[in-house]
Amino acid sequence: MNHLVIIPILLPMLTALLIMLPPVHYSPWRRRLVSMVSTVLLLLVCVALLFKVLANGMTFYAVGNWVPPFGIIMVADLVSAIMLCLTAFLAVGAVFYGSAGEDERGSFFHPLFQFQLMGINGAFLTGDLFNLFVFFEVLLIASYALLIHAGGKNKTKAAVHYVILNLTGSAIFLLALAVLYGSLGTLNIADMALKVADLPPDNQMLVKVGGLMLLIVFGLKAAILPLQFWLPATYSSASAPVAALFAVMTKIGVYALLRVFTTIFGEQAGPLAGLATNLMWVFGLATLFLGALGVLASKDFRKLVANLVLVSVGSLVAMVAFQNTAANAAILYYTVHSTLVCGALFLLADLIAVQRGKAADRLVAARRVSQPILLGGLFIFAAISVAGLPPFSGFIGKLMLLQAAVGSAKQFWLWGFLLLCSLMVLVGLSRAGSTLFWRVSGLQKADERALPLQVFAVFWLLSASALMMVFAGPLTELSFAGATQLGDVIQTIRTILPASGVSL
Amino acid sequence: METLFAICIGFLTSCGVFLMLRGRTFPVVMGLTMLSYAVNLFIFSSGRLNLKGAVVLGTSESYADPLPQALVLTAIVIGFAMTAFLVILAIRARADLGNDHVDGSMSDARPAKKERLK
Repeated sequence: MNHLVIIPILLPMLTALLIMLPPVHYSPWRRRLVSMVSTVLLLLVCVALLFKVLANGMTFYAVGNWVPPFGIIMVADLVSAIMLCLTAFLAVGAVFYGSAGEDERGSFFHPLFQFQLMGINGAFLTGDLFNLFVFFEVLLIASYALLIHAGGKNKTKAAVHYVILNLTGSAIFLLALAVLYGSLGTLNIADMALKVADLPPDNQMLVKVGGLMLLIVFGLKAAILPLQFWLPATYSSASAPVAALFAVMTKIGVYALLRVFTTIFGEQAGPLAGLATNLMWVFGLATLFLGALGVLASKDFRKLVANLVLVSVGSLVAMVAFQNTAANAAILYYTVHSTLVCGALFLLADLIAVQRGKAADRLVAARRVSQPILLGGLFIFAAISVAGLPPFSGFIGKLMLLQAAVGSAKQFWLWGFLLLCSLMVLVGLSRAGSTLFWRVSGLQKADERALPLQVFAVFWLLSASALMMVFAGPLTELSFAGATQLGDVIQTIRTILPASGVSL
Repeated sequence: METLFAICIGFLTSCGVFLMLRGRTFPVVMGLTMLSYAVNLFIFSSGRLNLKGAVVLGTSESYADPLPQALVLTAIVIGFAMTAFLVILAIRARADLGNDHVDGSMSDARPAKKERLK
């Protein structure tokens, strides 16, 4: 049994408890220090897990030593290890930024942050659909409380919508799980993949309904078209480090879609193979276009970044519909890139807003920022990366997305939408950048300066974009290895359920 | 038994959905609660309905599936916590925004009956 697999869940949980204990809890700097050290440790653990999985192949941890399919298992394959590393990397940036002062504007920032990390890590690791629901709820209840961190009318208003929508989503999730359990008799993902393959025709319709209800739930989390209206308000009203961490939450929806619709309803699923791919394709592209329109229409910079999240989610969900190795590899690379750059942009938006005084991040003429070179440099770096211009990671990510579509019937639409939307994003970002930095009124300058910890956090997240460009070779190989492993459902079933007797 | 059970779940769900579409936070909370009751009953039925089924081996001739019962228990606990949070949030929204409309403003909502009579 490999105990390393469960540490990414245990470490944040224990840290959160430790932070709430008296010796740590009474001093702000002790809370920050424990939280920061633990998040860095988490990153190291996740990287260690990634290397271990890379060397030894997929591994799983049976909680309480109940053998699958009877107990709950935590599965670490390359895809989940990559997502864990991404979360931990993003969390380091967010927690460092939060520790510069944002965390003291409300109570329990650090424990909630750690609980949210626990939920996110659990959702990436779990190999059981009901357990996925439980970890979703863990991360959601932490995110509800984090969303209203530091208070304010806008936050409360956004939080009411967010909580009600997600509670409804949870109800639908449970209905889907009950339908699937009732017809398949199991909720272990590998076991479900096995059962779907030889399903009696009577139950096919039920399983189909269950699968499509899961699409609704994950579509709500990922924010794809008819279910995306909550996202811009929620993300733009959350405080900066929280919004940065939220950048990974939509990607959990994409990850869950990838898991369910390639492992359970993949090629081997018989009559149910490729369930919902058409829906994902159409609504993904529509979300992409709507996000790009939103980028053009945004009146403030935070809303613009929230719409950038929609753009990335739309392109990712459209790619899930391809269900082949090249597309899945592109999804992995692009997810890592877009999450980190959007996280950095949320932090940067806060830095800019503070220095522009009353106008905050609204795209109107205002007083000049006090550190135009630093903030402007970071902005142009992030903008180039997120718009997909060479040389940074966005370019490589978009290239992988485009290449994955070559030769398929969908090439025309994907290339058209993706390139058109890139152009719209570019226009939107140039307009935002020139307004924020060049349309200044008066010679008065702000006194506020970015704190070293805040600048470090933005640098940390943006450095990933540069590193992903420098190490593009090994990283694309890693994404392809992950996508191959994800697509090899038979190997997954054989690893998790050796007794099932599935042969190649 | 199945028909009665199905009618119950359907009735609860339709009441829940109706209440959730109301404009004020309290009916919405009630609607979500009803919906979660319906969902809990539905999960319970995924292990098939049978009478006098034991969950421990060797104590009876017919057995009930214990897993949906465990799932229901988890779902009840989580639903309870979430509803409690939503109630607190709704009270805070009432204090912060000055009204109990889910959109935070009464401008496009129908005024309550008392106000209309005035």
